[in-house]
Amino acid sequence: MVKDQMMLDRLAAAAKDGSISRRSFMNYSMAAGMTATAATGLWGTSAKAAPQRGGKFRIAQHDGNTSDSHDPGTYLSYAMICLAHTHRAYLTMINTDQTLGGDVATEWSATPDAKEWTFVLNPNATFHSGAKVTAADVLASMNHHRGEDSGSAATALLASVQEIVDNGDHSVTFKLDSPNADLPWIMPDYHLPICPANADGTLNWQSADGCGPYKLVEHEFGVGSRLVRHDEWHGEGAYFDEVEYIIINDPNARQTSLVTGDVDAVTLLENKTLGLLGRDPNIEIDNVPSASAIVMPMHSNVGPFDNNDVRMAMKLAIDREELIEKISFGAASLGNDFHHSPAMPYFPADIPQRTYDPEKAKWHLKQAGVDSVSVNLSTAESITTGAVDLAVLYSAQAKKAGIDINVVREPNDGYWSDVWLTKPFCVVSWGARPTPDVMYTLAYKDDAAWNESYWQHERFNEILLQAKAELDDAKRAEMYAEMGMISRDEGSSVIPYFPNFVYGRRKNVRHTGQLAASWQLDGARGASRWWFEG
Amino acid sequence: MGDILKLVGQRLGLGLVILLVISIIIFFMVELLPGDIAQAVLGQGATEENLAALRKEMGLDKPAFVRYFGWLGNAIFLDFGNSVVTGEKVSTVIGARFANTLFLACYAAVIAVPVAIVLGILVALLRNSIFDRVANVLTLTSISSPEFFLGYILILYFAVKWGMFPAIASLSEGMSFGELLNRTFLPALTLVLVVVAHMMRMTRAAIINLLASPYIEMARLKGVPPLKVIVRHALPNAWAPIINVVALNLAYLITGVVLVEVVFVYPGIGQALVDAVSKRDFPVVQACCLIFAATFILLNLAADVGAILTNPRLRHPK
Repeated sequence: MVKDQMMLDRLAAAAKDGSISRRSFMNYSMAAGMTATAATGLWGTSAKAAPQRGGKFRIAQHDGNTSDSHDPGTYLSYAMICLAHTHRAYLTMINTDQTLGGDVATEWSATPDAKEWTFVLNPNATFHSGAKVTAADVLASMNHHRGEDSGSAATALLASVQEIVDNGDHSVTFKLDSPNADLPWIMPDYHLPICPANADGTLNWQSADGCGPYKLVEHEFGVGSRLVRHDEWHGEGAYFDEVEYIIINDPNARQTSLVTGDVDAVTLLENKTLGLLGRDPNIEIDNVPSASAIVMPMHSNVGPFDNNDVRMAMKLAIDREELIEKISFGAASLGNDFHHSPAMPYFPADIPQRTYDPEKAKWHLKQAGVDSVSVNLSTAESITTGAVDLAVLYSAQAKKAGIDINVVREPNDGYWSDVWLTKPFCVVSWGARPTPDVMYTLAYKDDAAWNESYWQHERFNEILLQAKAELDDAKRAEMYAEMGMISRDEGSSVIPYFPNFVYGRRKNVRHTGQLAASWQLDGARGASRWWFEG
Repeated sequence: MGDILKLVGQRLGLGLVILLVISIIIFFMVELLPGDIAQAVLGQGATEENLAALRKEMGLDKPAFVRYFGWLGNAIFLDFGNSVVTGEKVSTVIGARFANTLFLACYAAVIAVPVAIVLGILVALLRNSIFDRVANVLTLTSISSPEFFLGYILILYFAVKWGMFPAIASLSEGMSFGELLNRTFLPALTLVLVVVAHMMRMTRAAIINLLASPYIEMARLKGVPPLKVIVRHALPNAWAPIINVVALNLAYLITGVVLVEVVFVYPGIGQALVDAVSKRDFPVVQACCLIFAATFILLNLAADVGAILTNPRLRHPK
C-alpha cells in the first residue's frame, strides 16, 4: 500500500510538470491499484490543476419546467436546485471531499446538549443588489419554512427548531426543542438558501436576488438562464465570467448538444448510452456514487411481511449485482438493506455485504412455516429509469427461492399519494439526504409520518435518539453502524442499490477530480467550482 | 360580398360557442386527473399541513364549478387569470412562447406551402414519370415517419456529421434575424417534411381530377402547352380543395409541434402545455387549448372563405 502511494505521488508530480502523457499516467496508476475512474480523476487534479478564470460556461440542464418558481419553499425540479446553488448561497455547503464547509456561515458551534446551535455569518457575504447579508436575512430565510401556514416543503426539516435569535453580533442561534447534532448538515438542503428579508421580516424571494457566486441577468422558467460573475462573492471559485443554463429535458437532445459542442456540460446522462458516449475523445463522463437510493419498503404490520423470516427471504432473493448491471448499466453502488449510502458521512464500511442466496431464502421461508409466498409489488415508470424492468427482473430472481412476485404497474400520476405508504410492497426512489440521521428520522423512525415500512424497532429508535444528541463523531459512527446492522437484518426494506450521478462535460472543462456527491454537477456547484483549461 | 360577411359573422359566433364547450371539457378533464396540483407542486415531500396551506393559497379549497365560473367570468373579458402554480399572469407565461410557436409555424409555412404547391403542379404535369414516383415516395416516407425521428435524422446529419446547423434551437435576447433563421432551420425543416406530402398530393390529385374535364380537353386541342393548361386552366378550379388542405396543415404547424419543440429544445407553447398538464395548472392548460382550438376554427373559416372567393359560382349564387 505504502509503495503504491509513493508511486501515485510520483505520478502526480510527473503529471503536474508535464513529463508524462495521459495514457502512461493511466497505465501506471492502474498498475498501482487505482480504478480507471479514480485515475482519471487524479490526472484531472494533478495535470495543470491551477484553475483559470474566464469564459462562458454553458450547461444543458434536465428537469426544468415552465411552472418552476424562485420560491425556495417550492423548489422541486433539478433545474431549480442547480440554479439555486449558482445564484444563491446557503449557510453551509458540502465540500468536494463530502465534508461540511462554510458558505454564508464561517463557523458554527453547539451547546454540549446539542440543543442550541450558533452560526457566525461571513462579513463579506453580499447580495447582488449590493446589500450585505445580515442576521435578519438569515432569520427571514429560515422562518419562510416554519409555522403552520407555511406552504414550504422544508417545514418538516426545521420542525424541531423552536426559535431563531439574532445575537446582534452578525451571528444567529437556533434553539431546538430536542437535541440535534446534525443541524449544520441540514443547512445545505436546497430549500434553505439565504435570500434578502423584507422590512416586515418576510422573505423577498420574488426578486430572485441572492448572495451566490453568480448574478441572474436573464431568466425564463423552463427555458434557461444567463448569469454573470458576482464580483463581491464571498467564497472561492466562480472562475467563469458567465454561466448559461439551457433547459433540455429530452435526454437525446441533451447528449447531442454535448457531442456537437453546443454546450460545455450536461446533467443526467442516460446510462444506456454511456458506453457509446465514453468513446468520444472530446467528452469526459463523471460517474459519482450518490446518496440517493432505490428502496422497496414492505409494510411490516401486515402479512406476510410481519414475519422477519419472510422479510429476510425477500432480501436474500434479490440479485443486486445483476440489477445494477442490467437496469442501471453499472452506474450504481450496491445496497445492503440499510438506508445509509457510502456517499453519506459515518458510513459503516465493515457491515458484510448481503448476496443473492435463493437456498438460504428458502430456508428462511421454512422457518416462517411456509413453502412459498405470493406478493404484489407496485411500481411505475416515473419513479426511476427502468423501475418496471427492475421489478420484473427481481420477480424472476425471486422465483428460484419460491417467492412469487406479481409486478403491478401503477399509473405515474398520483403514485406518491395513492401507492406509496398505501400499498404493502412498492418501489420508491429517495433523493439524497445529507446524513443518516435525517434519512432514518424521515422514513424509519417509529412515529415518522413517512415510516414507509411501518417498522417498529425499540433498540433502533433508542439509538437513533441517542445519536442525535451525540457530538462525538467516533461514538456516532459506532451508533450508525449498529443501526445499519439492525435494519439490515431486521428491517423491512429491500434496498437494491444507490444510483450514481452520471453527467458529462467537454474535455476542456476541468475540475479538481473530487466531486461532491450531494447533487448532479459536483453538488450542483459545478458552475462555481469548475473552470476552462486555457 | 355581403353574404360572405354574414357567413363570417355566423361562423365566428358559432366558434365562440365551440370554444365555450371546449373550455368546459378541458376543465373537467383536468379535474379528472388523479392527484392534485398541490401534490404535484410539493412532490413526495409534502405533509398534510403543507398541502392544505398550499391548496388554500391557490384557491383549490373551493368547489370545482365555483372555480370554473370564476375563471369564465374573467375570460369573457379576455382575462385568462393567473397561473395557479407560479401566480404569474397567464398571458405573460405563454405570450412569448406563443409568439415563438407562431414564428416557427410561419417559417415552416413560408417554405412548405410554395414548395408543396409547385411540387404538386410539377408532379401533375409529369404524372406517372420517374420524377412523380420519386417525389411521392420521398414525401410519403417523410410524412409516415414520426416527427421526433425525422428530427433526430436531421440532427444526426446536419448537426453532428456535417456541422451545418446547431442541434438545439435555443433562443437568446438580441439575436440577429439571420442567426435566428439559422438556429431554427432544423426544426422548421422537420415541420416542412411533415406537412409537404399532404399538400403536394392534394394539389396533384385536384389537378389530375380536372384534366379529364371537357374544357381541359378543349384547351389541349387548341394547342395550349401542358404547363399552361395546368396553371391557367386547371389550377383556378382546383384551389378549393388545396386551400382546405393548406389550412388544415397550417393549423397542424401550430398545434402539432410539441415533439419538435422537445427534440430541438425550442421554447414554444407545446412545452408550456405539457408542463401545465403535469402540474394541473388549469388556467394555463385552458389558455393553451383555447389558442389551439381558436387556431383550428379560424383557419377552417379562412379556408371556407378562400374557397368561396376562388369560385365564381359560389361568389355569385343565383
